[in-house]
Amino acid sequence: MTTATEENLEKQLAPIVERFRGKKGSTIALLSAIQDTFGYLPEEAVDSVSRSLNIPSAELFGVASFYSLFRFQPEGKYVLRLCRGTACHVQGSSLIGEQLKRHLDIEEGGTTKDGMFSLNFVACLGCCSLAPVMMVNGEVHGRLNPEKAVEILESYRAGDREGTR
Amino acid sequence: MTSKTVIKVGMASCGIAAGARPVYEALRNAAESHEDVEIREVGCIGLCFREPLVEIEQNGQRTLYGEVTSEKALEIFEKHVIGKTPLEENVVLSTEVEAEENTMISKQVRIVLENCGRIDPTNIDEYIHANGYKGLEKALKKMDPDTVIEEVLESGLRGRGGAGFPTGLKWRFAQKAQSNIKYVVCNADEGDPGAFMDRSVLEGDPHRVLEGMLICGYAIGASQGIIYCRAEYPLAIKRLNIAIEQAKDRGFLGENILGTDFSFDIYIKEGAGAFVCGEETALMASIEGKRGMPRPRPPFPANQGIWGKPTNINNVETLANIAWIIRNGAGAFYQYGTGKSRGTKVFALAGKIRKGGLVEVPMGMPLRDVIFEVGGGIPGDKPFKAVQLGGPSGGCLPESELDIPVDYESINATGAIVGSGGMIVMDEDTCIVDVAKFFLSFVQKESCGKCPFCRIGTKRMLEILERICDGKGKPEDLDLLEDMAYKVKDGSLCGLGQTAPNPVLTTLKYFRHEYEAHINDKKCPAKVCANLIHYTIDPSVCIGCTKCAQVCPVEAISGKVKEPHVIDDSICIRCGQCKAVCPVKAISVE
Repeated sequence: MTTATEENLEKQLAPIVERFRGKKGSTIALLSAIQDTFGYLPEEAVDSVSRSLNIPSAELFGVASFYSLFRFQPEGKYVLRLCRGTACHVQGSSLIGEQLKRHLDIEEGGTTKDGMFSLNFVACLGCCSLAPVMMVNGEVHGRLNPEKAVEILESYRAGDREGTR
Repeated sequence: MTSKTVIKVGMASCGIAAGARPVYEALRNAAESHEDVEIREVGCIGLCFREPLVEIEQNGQRTLYGEVTSEKALEIFEKHVIGKTPLEENVVLSTEVEAEENTMISKQVRIVLENCGRIDPTNIDEYIHANGYKGLEKALKKMDPDTVIEEVLESGLRGRGGAGFPTGLKWRFAQKAQSNIKYVVCNADEGDPGAFMDRSVLEGDPHRVLEGMLICGYAIGASQGIIYCRAEYPLAIKRLNIAIEQAKDRGFLGENILGTDFSFDIYIKEGAGAFVCGEETALMASIEGKRGMPRPRPPFPANQGIWGKPTNINNVETLANIAWIIRNGAGAFYQYGTGKSRGTKVFALAGKIRKGGLVEVPMGMPLRDVIFEVGGGIPGDKPFKAVQLGGPSGGCLPESELDIPVDYESINATGAIVGSGGMIVMDEDTCIVDVAKFFLSFVQKESCGKCPFCRIGTKRMLEILERICDGKGKPEDLDLLEDMAYKVKDGSLCGLGQTAPNPVLTTLKYFRHEYEAHINDKKCPAKVCANLIHYTIDPSVCIGCTKCAQVCPVEAISGKVKEPHVIDDSICIRCGQCKAVCPVKAISVE
C-alpha cells in the first residue's frame, strides 16, 4: 500500500522515471537527475525510483555511495570546495582547511547549522597556477591564505557576492 | 584592404578564475562601436602564471599582455588597438619585440597545444582554418585503415595518460578483434592532482580530440565514440558539446562522413568523481553505469570492452596528437624525442615554480631545463628540493636526478613515472614526509576497496606516516613502510594500487634523512609538521604592535601594546598566521 507522500513523490519523479525507463547503463545519469531535483539523494526518492524502474535499490545506493558526486544530505546555500590537490597542498591549503573548519565550526563534509555554508575538500580543480584555490558554488578564488579565505566566505554571507550554482 | 584587429581573451577555467570575465566584458563593450575590431574567447596558451591574458593581433603581429585588469584592458584598447602603439610595460609575449616570456615559448614544440590560446574553441571555422579536419580527410580519402595504423605505429606515439603503451599497437589489437560493434573511448577522466593538460586541450581545442577519435574509429572499424569526462570539468563538457554539434552540422560526424561510407558518432559520458575510473577497466564499468571497479585483464578491452564489445581507450593528449601525425606524416613526429619516446609531452608545471602553467616540450629534454629554463626556476631563488612527477602514482626526485632526460625509460628507472605529466616543484619549505603522507591519504581515500592490499595496506602505511609526522615514529617504521609498500604493489590488481606506494618508495630512496630527522631527532627540517615545531617571539625584536595577537585564531598570543608579546605553546596550533603578519620578523619557528 502506498501512502499519500509516496504518491506525491512518485508524481514528482515521473518525468525522470520515463526518461530513463529501459535505458541500460544510465544509473549515474539517473542518480544525477534525482540529485538535481532535490539537491541531494533522499532515501525515499531513490527507493521510489527503484520500485518504478524495477532496479534493486541496493544497486542504486551501491553506485551512489561509490562516487563522490552524490550526497545523502542537503547542502548549504554556499558550497565551499577547497582544493586539496598537490599544488595547493604545497602552497599551504591544509592550513586554510583548518581555518575554515574553525571559523565555520564544522568538519569536512559538514554544513553549518544555519544552512549557509557546506565545506568540502576536493581533489584537484585544475587551477594549479592559482594555488591555493577554493571554489564557492561555481566561482573559483585563487592565491588564498587563511585570512583571505575567511574574508571571501564572509563576503558571501554579507550578500556582496552572488555566486552562481 | 583594411585589416581587422583581433582581440583574444584567454577564457579557460584558470583564466576565468583569475578574472578574465570582467576583462572580456570591458573589451567587448569597447569594441562594440568599432567594426574593424573583432573580439574572441580563446583557450589557455599555457602562461597561467600571467593570467588574465589578452592578445592583440594587428597587421600579422601578435602581442600578448599579462595580468590584465578591466582598467588595463581599456588602456590597451585605447593605445594599442586604436592608437596602434603597444603598451610596452605589460607585454609578456610578442612576435615583434623582446618580451619577458618569449623564451618560455621558444623552447617549446607545440603539437598538442598548437591551437590552444590561438583559436576560438566554440567556432569550428577557426579550427578548419588552422588545418582542422585535414588529417581526417587525408585518412578517409587517401589511406586505408592499415596504413593509418602503420603511420601511427611509425610515429612512435605512446599513450600519454601514464602507461606509455604504443598507441598504434593498441589500435592494431582493436582492429583485429572481430565484431560488428566496436567502441572508441576518449579517457578524459583527468584525476591526477596537479595535472590539467587534458582540461586545457578540451577547453581550448575540442575539435582536435574529436578528429583524433574519428581517425581512430576509421582505423579500427568502429562507429561509436564515447568521451568519458570528469564532472569537475563543466566548461570542457560544455565546449565539447558545442564542438560535437558543429561537427555534425558540417558532416564530420554522422553518416557517410565526407562522402565516404564511414559513419561515426560521439557522445559524452560524465564521470561522477572517482579517481580509480581513470583506469581503463574501471572506466568501462562506470560507462556501463556501475561502480567503477577494475577487473583483471585479460580479457583486454581490445577484445572485450564496453558491453563485451571490442573497445579502444586512449587519453585526451594521445588523441590530440593523431590528426597532426596523419597530416604531417610519422617522420615529422618521430624527429622529436629520443629512443623509444617520440614526439612531445605536455607538462603541467606547478608548486614552487616561477612560471607555472602548461608547457609542451620534445621528449628527452633534461628535467633541469624543463624546470629552470622553461619554468623559470623557483621564486625568490630558493634552493630546489624536489620535483614530484606523475601525481599519486609517481615519485619525488632530488636535485641529483635533474639531468636525466624526460622520457619514459629514464624516468621509470628513477622510480618515478612520466605519468600524465604533472610536475610539482618543491623548495626547502616543503616537507617530504608530509608530501608522501599527502599522496598516500589521497590514494587511500580513492582506493575502490576491491583488493585488500590496496584498501588496508595503504591505510596502515598512512598510519605509519601520520605517526612519523606527529613525532611518534619508531626507527623500525621505515623498514616496515618499505616492506608494506612492496606488498601493496604486488598485491593489487590495477594501476592505482600497483603505483600507490611510489611516492613513499621514492622519498625513502632519495630523502631518507628527512624521515630519520622526524623519527630520531623529532625535527621537521622544512618546519611543516605541526607537532614538531614551535613558534616563538623574540622579545628584543618585537615592537608590541599587536598584529599577531589580532590574527591568531585561537588567542594563543598575549601582551600589552608596545610591549613584547608571548605565544602560549600549549594553545598554539602552528597555523603560522602570526609569522606572516609580523612587520619586524620577530617571530621564528623552530
